[in-house]
Parts: sequence; C-alpha cells; structure tokens
Amino acid sequence: MTELKPRAMRDALLERVWQNMADDERLFFVAADFGAPTLDRIRGDFPKRFINVGIAEQNLINVSAGLALEGFKVFAYAIAPFITMRCYEQCRTNLALLSTVRPMNVTLVGVGAGYSYVVSGPTHQCYEDITLMRTLPGFSVLSPADHITAGHLFDRCAGRPGLKYLRFDAQNLPVLYGEAAPDLDKGFTLLQDGTDATVVATGYMVHTALKVAESVAKDGIKLAVVDLFDLSGFDADALAGALAARPRLISMEEGFSGRGGVDSLLRDLLSRKGLERPTLGIGVEPAYRFELGDRATLHEQVGIGPLVAETRVRAFLKRQ
Amino acid sequence: MEASGVNVDLRAKAEWVWRQTLEVYRRAPEVRLASSLSPIEIFVSLYYGGLLRFDPQRTNWEERDRCIISKGHGSICMYPILADLGYFPAEELERVCQAGSFLGGIPDPVIPGYETVNGSLGHGLGVASGMALGLKVKGGAQDVFVVTGDGELHEGANWEAIMFAAQNKLDNLTLVVDDNRICMLGFTDEINSLGVLADRLGGFGWNCLEVDGHDVMAVHAALTTLKKTRDGRPKALVARTIKGRGVPGLENAPLSHVMSPKIDLIDSLLQESRP
Repeated sequence: MTELKPRAMRDALLERVWQNMADDERLFFVAADFGAPTLDRIRGDFPKRFINVGIAEQNLINVSAGLALEGFKVFAYAIAPFITMRCYEQCRTNLALLSTVRPMNVTLVGVGAGYSYVVSGPTHQCYEDITLMRTLPGFSVLSPADHITAGHLFDRCAGRPGLKYLRFDAQNLPVLYGEAAPDLDKGFTLLQDGTDATVVATGYMVHTALKVAESVAKDGIKLAVVDLFDLSGFDADALAGALAARPRLISMEEGFSGRGGVDSLLRDLLSRKGLERPTLGIGVEPAYRFELGDRATLHEQVGIGPLVAETRVRAFLKRQ
Repeated sequence: MEASGVNVDLRAKAEWVWRQTLEVYRRAPEVRLASSLSPIEIFVSLYYGGLLRFDPQRTNWEERDRCIISKGHGSICMYPILADLGYFPAEELERVCQAGSFLGGIPDPVIPGYETVNGSLGHGLGVASGMALGLKVKGGAQDVFVVTGDGELHEGANWEAIMFAAQNKLDNLTLVVDDNRICMLGFTDEINSLGVLADRLGGFGWNCLEVDGHDVMAVHAALTTLKKTRDGRPKALVARTIKGRGVPGLENAPLSHVMSPKIDLIDSLLQESRP
C-alpha cells in the first residue's frame, strides 16, 4: 500500500534501507552525526553496519569510499551543503575519480535542499548542489519532489553500482505519486499536460510549478508541468520530445539561477537537440542573504515564490 | 605471495631499489625524486619482508593485505618494486611519463598494485580506515597499511580519520609515516610543526613506535611487532627518514621537493656504491 500522507523523504528512504539490511548484508549506513527517527531502528537492529563518524564530512566520504572498495553498498547521510561542499574534493578524488577504475556503490543522502532549513540561514541552506554534483562525472543526481519517489530511489541506488547524490527536502512535501510509481529510468514525469509552455521543475519547485499552473489556468493559460527528478540520467530523447511538443520552456529550481543548474541543463539539451524555444529560468537570484522569514516569504524575496514566479511567467508568455 | 618471513636480503634489496629509482629519474626527470628516496626502506620491508600478503596476478584478491600509498608522488620507488614483484613487466619502467604508459609522474590506481587515488594528499588514511572497518565487519583477518608523508598530515582529514580509527578500535590498521621532515617549501617544523608525532598519535589513542627509517632491519622489526599486535588500538610507525637520501645536494635540502639533480650527478652515483 502506498502511503499518501506526506512524510519526510529521508524517512521513506531510510525505512527501505532498514527493511533491506537483514537480507542484504552488503548494505552499510554511515552518518555524520545527523539523525532521523528511522535511523534509530537501523542503529538498533544493525549496529555492525551503522556508523556515526561524528561531525566530520571529509571522513564520512573517505570511510564510505573505503567500505565501498570492500564491497559494501554504502549510504552516507548528512545535511546537504555539508555532504557536498564540505567534502567536495573527497567526493571528486575518492568517489568520482576512484570509481572510474574500481567498482563502487555509494549513495550520498543530503537533507536540506534549497531553503528547506528555513530559519537556519545560508550555511544550512543549499542552492549550489545541483551544479556542483552534476559537474562530477559518474554521479547520478536525483532530486525527488515527494517521499514516494524518495522511497523508490532505494532500489535504484542499492541495486545499481555507481555514485548517486540524493537531494532531499527537509520538510514533508505533498504527495505527487500514488499507486503509479515514477518511471525511474525515464527520470521525469509529465504531471499535467498543457499547450502554452513546458514547465520543468525539480524538488520543492515542482509544487510551486503546479500552483502557478493552477493559478494561470483561470485565465485560460495552459502549462504542462514536468517533475524532473533525475538531473543527470534522464532520458534525453524523451525529455527533448516533451520540450518540442510546446512552444516555450520555463524551468523552476530552488538553486542559483544561471549558474549551471536545471536552467542550464535544459538549455544545453535544447541546443544539443537543435531545438529553439524561448526560455524563462526561474531560480534563486545568485546572492547570499541573511533575512529571516518563512519559506514562502524567502522564496518571494529571491525570485522563486509562487507570486513572483506567476508574474514572471505571465510576462514571459505575453512577450514570447 | 604469502606473508611468511624474510627470504630476501632486505639491505641489498633497499640498495637495489634506490638505484632503480635513480634510473627511473634519469629517464623521467619529471618525477619527484627526493620524496621517493626517503620511504624506500618502508616499502622494502612491507613488500619483501613478509609483512604483506599479496598476489601480483590477482590485484583484487580478497585475502590480500591492503597497502594504501597515500604519499603518491613520493612513491616512485614503488615502480621498480612492483615491476620486480611481477605486477607488470620491467620494460614498463623504460616508459615512465611517456604517452601511453600507465606509470605517470604521480602514480594512479591504473597501475597494478595501487589501490586508491593519491596524487591529492591526505586521502589515504580515511579511505584505509573505511577499508579496515569493512574488513572487520566481514570478519577478515587482513591488515591495512597506509604510508603517508609527515607534511601530508597537515591535511585535516587525516585527523578526522585518526580519531575515527581509535574510536572504532581499528587494530587491523597501521599507519607508516615517512617522517622526512620536509614539505615542498621547507622544513615541516618551520611551516606547521607536528611536534613529537608519536606522542600526538599516542594522545589520540594509537599504538605508536618510532624508528630510524633507513635502518631497514629496524623498520622491519618494528612493523613485525605492530603487525602481531591487535589490542584494540590502531597502530603507527613513525619512520625518521631523510628526504633525497644519498643524493648530494638533494639530501635534507629544504627545497629538495622541487629540485631536479643533474643527470650527470645521477650517472656518477649509479657508478658508485650507495653512500
């Protein structure tokens, strides 16, 4: 039975890890002093294959690499900006570089995509990870928009060798998928159809995209909304087909705008496929801010809230 | 090759490796010579002294002891050792740094016998700690050795691993420090002193020995003692060494890391016996 009540992405994934640890003795869980209720079950039931390295993300990655070399399927778990940026060179050298010559199966689970740690400020928020992790060859970058997708990603990560970075929201997001699981091989889902533009969004911004689409629909504007959850391994032909089917493209991401994120990957896809489409990139204005507010307020300030996004979408559609 | 006591003359082998390392430098002066001369006795003890179990024909043999060569560029002396042991044909030594060769200026894990990526310093100990933990969980009896330089220990990730290994009682892990006391730009003590390294490691809960790193029999004896000891503490050997050993002008010179001795000098050294 699929659970339709919103849950934390991390709990959906960790539950699947826990359920599989008894049968799969190669699963290993490494945390950098970062918890979750489900984690306590892993720690309690499988103490030999759970380890907390402490507040030490460089060592989190290095130890995970060593365990992977010994044949373990490793899940490494920490707050998103720390598991990516604090230890970026460890990710590059001991995962991306090393995995080109040694088989490794390592999944980095980063919690706290975008502004999801609302009041913690920019150290705990994460607007750079899509760009940084997509830059590393060998890494799958997976950015689910609900806990159902997050749970399904377990099989994808444990079942396939290689490196993965899971970009999880820290808040419980509304459920998008019910009995019909997302197509993990395709890497994206057309959530709703429309003829005026394709909106391609990832993570939390999928929900913003749906809000904007619903609002402009009152005026007869029809936006197709795509949940792009695989930011590196999506089916490029299929996605290009979806972009070709509509005259305009709008991207939405909770990451810096124009800095190599979803906007860039879509423009690159258009260019590679020889498609020309007017594009609008909705992303975080590239600057660090210390203002406090709820997530919706912060989003409006940085240019990605539903109100400012709708205004920009309407202007774009008028112009193009 | 099983770990079964010493059946080669380690002193003679160390001298041979020293000469072979100079030969590699003659042909490929791009390699780091000085820092590749200081750890010779360490590697000779490990690879010829019966301390490591390995099989050159099966580099991923599960039962092998793992040797992580963290001081990548300062391990060119491993090229002749690996060739001699049969990891690859000795003719490969003629092509170091040439297009198409797998033997580069800094060793990469495409070289049979190298386990991990090491050109960037301070990575080996953490990865080795993960391997040591993994072996314990699998119930394996294998040892994990890591060879680092002393300057490399400036990298903070080492100290994360030093705490981790003690906390998790990784007594199948042995750190060997090629303590040549020189970084790229001068003496370690004048740049970022490690103090009495053995005391510091001891303070972190490690079982640490110190030795004259050029007395190959002493290095071998200390490593043998450490290998036999499994008392819940990770182990370390601080081997006091001389950077650029045996090469006049290079030996213990503060800038030896970036110095390139003239080939004439190398030729004349190769005609003499080792100093």
